[in-house]
Amino acid sequence: MSLQEHPHHHAHGAGHGHSLVPSDPALRTKALESLLTEKGLVDPAAIDAWIDAYERRIGPRRGAAIVARAWVDADFKRRLLQDANAAIAPFGFLGREAQHVVVLENTAAIHNMIVCTLCSCYPWGLLGLPPRWYKAAPYRARAVIDPRGVLREFGLELDEATEVRVWDSTAEIRYMVLPQRPEGSEHMTEEQLAELVTRDSMIGVAQVQVAKAAAR
Amino acid sequence: MNSIHDLGGMHGLGAIAAETNEPPFHEPWEGRAAGILEVMTFPAGFTVDRFRYLRETLRPDLYLTQSYYEQWLYIAEQALLEAGMIAPDELAAGRVAPGGDRRDDAMRAGTVWGFLHDRGNSARDLPAAPRFASGQQVRARNVQPVGHTRLPRYARGKTGHVIRLHGGHVLPDASAHGGGECPQHLYTVAFAARELWGEAAHARDTIHLDLWESYLEPA
Repeated sequence: MSLQEHPHHHAHGAGHGHSLVPSDPALRTKALESLLTEKGLVDPAAIDAWIDAYERRIGPRRGAAIVARAWVDADFKRRLLQDANAAIAPFGFLGREAQHVVVLENTAAIHNMIVCTLCSCYPWGLLGLPPRWYKAAPYRARAVIDPRGVLREFGLELDEATEVRVWDSTAEIRYMVLPQRPEGSEHMTEEQLAELVTRDSMIGVAQVQVAKAAAR
Repeated sequence: MNSIHDLGGMHGLGAIAAETNEPPFHEPWEGRAAGILEVMTFPAGFTVDRFRYLRETLRPDLYLTQSYYEQWLYIAEQALLEAGMIAPDELAAGRVAPGGDRRDDAMRAGTVWGFLHDRGNSARDLPAAPRFASGQQVRARNVQPVGHTRLPRYARGKTGHVIRLHGGHVLPDASAHGGGECPQHLYTVAFAARELWGEAAHARDTIHLDLWESYLEPA
């Protein structure tokens, strides 16, 4: 099929139907959930289970565990960078929005950062649901045209000699950044190292620092 | 389609408003709206590509102003409306119309964790060998598809080089429009920032995109 064709494209009215539904999103959600529950198209208990999974169980601690392992185990790191799916599979983290994972290593010479300019693709299975700013227009617009300016806004001033590699997630490949192990962490255990690793460092908009643990 | 969702390279959209200690959901309805779309029964043949395409059909002014999960409500409503699984008057009332269909096969709570760890994916074995090799120069085609595509405008007509082959993957341009999977070889292509944005861009920087074979031509 050529790119110009779209045999089943129906020009359905963009945004039409909006006058029919409540404008308040909370009410609109309630109306939709009620209707779909009554129709048997949704089970409210399944929604509860889904919310619970992302509020309590699937989040950046997963990615942090992988990063910490890579920092202490050179063989695991080699396998992670070569075939992330195979290396991560034993952790049980692969699945929804983490089916084809590629891990990118940040070094003193190369800084990787990830974005999805077309929607909001993000490695859910490794980092949980994306933060608002990752899904919002300013980051999606600027990450590809002004990555260094974006990083500066996150408080990260890169050396001129550092090469920036931006990864626009246009397919089902899900990228995660392996940040540099920070100075001063040499004595730390794998568990302590995992505590240092922030979500933003695995998106590639921050570096990991020993003093600055916790925040994001 | 050339619409507002294709944001790469735009100016004037403001600062990046990062929050500290951001929760997964800012209000309870966000979790429920997202959860509906995740666990609901979809029309037969519905795909992730259709999902993305429906979001792209949101009016551009609403795309920029509605919150993310409000847009998910729109996707859920449109998916079910276009398949005739719900009627507009039912949506307005939040109630099933008299005599309306009911079923009993929705995803249950006990299967959600398994669903979230399903390894099913978009990779497909292809008999044909890849047209391009690692290291090869390629140009992203200058095309303006009016349907769904994953070739952003900022890369069209630009030259880069293949850095990775991913094998066959379902083609979103077909899958979003009921055209079947039409798998094609998928490549990661590296573009110099200066090729995309001109001399003001940093000489060392590169932008990488995952692009299907029909998006590319030899350069």
